[in-house]
Amino acid sequence: MSVIPDTPDPFIRDRGGPAQPLLSVSGLFKHFPVRKSGGKKQVVRAVDGVDFEVLKGETLGIVGESGCGKSTTAKLLMGLIERDTGTLLYDGQPVGERSMPWRAYRRQVQMVFQDSYASLNPRMTVEQSIAFGPKVNGVPGRQAVERARALLARVGLEPKRFAGRYPHEISGGQRQRVNIARSLALEPRLVLLDEAVSALDKSVEAQVLNLLLDLKQEFGLTYIFISHDLNVVRFISDRVMVMYLGRVSEIGPSDAVLAAPMHPYTRALLASMPSLDPNNRTQAALLAGDPPNPIDPPSGCRFHPRCSLAEPVCSQIEPPLETIAPLHRVACLARQPGSGHSAAPAGALAA
Amino acid sequence: MSALVSAAGPAVVLSNLRVAFGKVQVVDGVDLTVERGQALALIGESGSGKSVTLRAILRLFPESRSRIEGGIFAAGKDVQALGKRALADFRGGDVSMIFQEPLLAFDPVYTVGQQITEAIHRHETITKADARKRALALFERVRIPSPERRLDNYPHEMSGGMRQRAMIALALACHPQVLLADEPTTALDATVQIQVLLLLRELQRDLGLSIVIVTHDLGAAVEVADRIAVMYAGKIVETGTAHQVVLDPHHPYTIGLLRSRAEGALEKGARLQTIPGSPPDLANRPAGCPFAPRCFLAEERCQTEMPPVGEIAPGHRVACWHTDEAASAYRAGPTPVRAIEPLPA
Amino acid sequence: MSVPVTAASVALDGGVVTAPEALPESGAFVASRGFWGHVVHRLVRDPVAVAAGAVILIVIVIACLSPWITPMDPYKGSMLRRLKPVADATYWLGSDELGRDMISRLMLGSRLSLFIGVTPVVIAFVIGSAIGILAGYVGGWTNTILMRTIDVFFAFPSVLLAIALSGALGAGIFNSIVSLTCVFVPQIARVAESVTTGIRKRDYIDAAKLSGASPLTIMRVQVLGNVLGPIFVYSTSLISVSMILASGLSFLGLGVRPPEPEWGLMLNTLRTAIYVNPVVAALPGLCIFIVSISFNIFSDGLRNAMEIRQ
Repeated sequence: MSVIPDTPDPFIRDRGGPAQPLLSVSGLFKHFPVRKSGGKKQVVRAVDGVDFEVLKGETLGIVGESGCGKSTTAKLLMGLIERDTGTLLYDGQPVGERSMPWRAYRRQVQMVFQDSYASLNPRMTVEQSIAFGPKVNGVPGRQAVERARALLARVGLEPKRFAGRYPHEISGGQRQRVNIARSLALEPRLVLLDEAVSALDKSVEAQVLNLLLDLKQEFGLTYIFISHDLNVVRFISDRVMVMYLGRVSEIGPSDAVLAAPMHPYTRALLASMPSLDPNNRTQAALLAGDPPNPIDPPSGCRFHPRCSLAEPVCSQIEPPLETIAPLHRVACLARQPGSGHSAAPAGALAA
Repeated sequence: MSALVSAAGPAVVLSNLRVAFGKVQVVDGVDLTVERGQALALIGESGSGKSVTLRAILRLFPESRSRIEGGIFAAGKDVQALGKRALADFRGGDVSMIFQEPLLAFDPVYTVGQQITEAIHRHETITKADARKRALALFERVRIPSPERRLDNYPHEMSGGMRQRAMIALALACHPQVLLADEPTTALDATVQIQVLLLLRELQRDLGLSIVIVTHDLGAAVEVADRIAVMYAGKIVETGTAHQVVLDPHHPYTIGLLRSRAEGALEKGARLQTIPGSPPDLANRPAGCPFAPRCFLAEERCQTEMPPVGEIAPGHRVACWHTDEAASAYRAGPTPVRAIEPLPA
Repeated sequence: MSVPVTAASVALDGGVVTAPEALPESGAFVASRGFWGHVVHRLVRDPVAVAAGAVILIVIVIACLSPWITPMDPYKGSMLRRLKPVADATYWLGSDELGRDMISRLMLGSRLSLFIGVTPVVIAFVIGSAIGILAGYVGGWTNTILMRTIDVFFAFPSVLLAIALSGALGAGIFNSIVSLTCVFVPQIARVAESVTTGIRKRDYIDAAKLSGASPLTIMRVQVLGNVLGPIFVYSTSLISVSMILASGLSFLGLGVRPPEPEWGLMLNTLRTAIYVNPVVAALPGLCIFIVSISFNIFSDGLRNAMEIRQ
């Protein structure tokens, strides 16, 4: 029996079986209106047509630079901001409709934020913060507190020492452990980690990454792991999704995407990672300038003004996300047969 | 000391630098030399005292709340002996600094060009047109596209990477000999970070600039620095060339830092090697080596006696009783011997 | 699925060398002081705030006990002993223009002065917080309508507004409290709104939404505790203004009516004596000054003590 009332039996909890994606996202759009100095109305195309799936038990890494829409995507997935259009299917059920209202969905999908301090109420003890979720879901107070303490212990914080502390009395790494404990308090299946380790020191980051791996195995979790650090994403993810200016440019198994990237942008991102070998320092940056502003994205392929493979066709056709190898999809005309790009492979690949 | 304040001496010399805020000894006896034209990276985690060490070179702390002891020599001057006026000329003139967040370094109500020409005017007598010409040259130097137009931008009109370049231009406005950089790329996107790191390298080479860069990112340090100094709890525990420190580390903390990196993982999803515990509370500094409570080689002596700095190769200095064991443990493979039992549940 | 999270199942990062981060303290059980514990702890280490608090406390005690401890009858005058100077043998702080004992009148006057200084702020705190928190938390149109209405009151300087309202309502203690409340409600509401809007954007509010809590629960559990503190501090700083305004109303004859002793009114009636006995004439003003500045200093200290640093 679950400690949380009304949670369906475990066997019913998984509806579609292991082959059905835990979360399917399709046609996700979110534009924010902004007013420029001229009084002209413009929109930030934060998320501009994103489709992907999260498989049961996997870790999907999402990478990209500022303005690529990864954090907006996270907020859309959690319903913290309303999507313009698009569907979310959680285990086959459309989210936000009668069969899967947001409240039920959020009991199964939780989130850990980047800023460990801002995401904890400064006036609540660590234990109260963790117990809050179960309490509002009908768990009696005593039981909720017990559960909070057990979770604290599980994330490596001795309850006797930490339960009664306030967020400002503990370190950043400890706070992030508390946030992780809180996200698990409702026994979710999917946890969305939005830059959850980015603000931590490297040695603390490693401790928290280990903790995440253990928790995933112990509780059978699925992760969406958003980060700008490709090394961390490579380490923790089974599949990686690369975003650029509100769209997916490449998605596939992390070994494939990060070892043999097909999209020129992914390649540039990888080349930008500082080398750890003093004998082999980076000689030239593949990309010049900053990522462009999502207010007025370039026509066609959004990456074409900075792309080394760009041809006239790239500014005219918006490349679709097409499968070029098993599970590996790329939105680049140079990789898609028959696209009109001179570097495109000849024959049609069997998808 | 005459060698230290001569024009031909090292760019920066810190000797037994100690900085305290109230009762908290943040920097605890740092010895450091940066040769002319050299780039040195100070790396460490938050609270290690790396930023404070850097800021001490410019004496950027309110004197009422801080105590700086020890020798600070930079660009041929004894910084501790500088008076108020001399210090103001020294900052920006001989040694200048760039920060993590350029938006805070610029005044939002003036254009970037105005602020650079203003800085030049403060240090030299020069006509308006010449100052503007020099600002333009600086913008070209730091590779800002369409520099003429960008000079008239306000700071908020620039993107993050461009602002960082503009701040470097501002820092270089008065031909300093030493550039101090405090986490200059931490707030930047990956593709922009590498551009700024390469720019710093280029400036070091072309202008003969001496650079001290503070970062928590080993990768960024390797990209820029000739030498790396690793700080822990206010002390430098290991210093050497980038090769020596990254490829042949001899201090257990450096080894821990290298091992805990996600790209160092043996295989995907395998547990990372981590450094147990967390840095000491600087207000209650433990006796002996500050790293001892977290060290996989710690023994009784480490808890009571601070190891002296030993030179294990020319220019490669390490403060540890067990440099040989540490180095061979690193060479032997990824699993360091564990000295501490895991905490009981 | 029932996740077996019990204290017994805890394996502390069993594998390689990982352990939770060490604690700065080594005590077995770390009792936290709690938020207010922290505030008090820091407040008592601020000597200036403690001194100001002591002054306020003394004035409050005097105000409470004044009917029984005044050395003389504050209402009984004597035409023969008018305007005695300070340090007179019978009248320690002199006597007023009707020959009444100043110290007795000042002591008794503290009651009314405090009452009409503090009461409007307390009422305005309740009303203003409610409006501001509602506007800040709900946002959107509710916010626009409430706050624009509030803005209308900002068009008038608070002194003028208080005088105008009092003038319209007529003199009297009750009416001056009403008019002062009307002056402070918009100010407190404005602060409450901005604090609440700031809190609403914090990640922990999002986290609370994700846990399935209703807006009312989030408001009660997560928002209220965080906004009331800053509003409270701001309100205490208004007490000094309120006391000065209240005295001002009495001075103008719009507040307390003679012969009740009230500092502002005393200042008014004594003003004719300023050339005869300036020290005595200034005494009520000095009282107003000391008490209001004490409230100000104390609220400053409170604000500093409430700032939680990471």
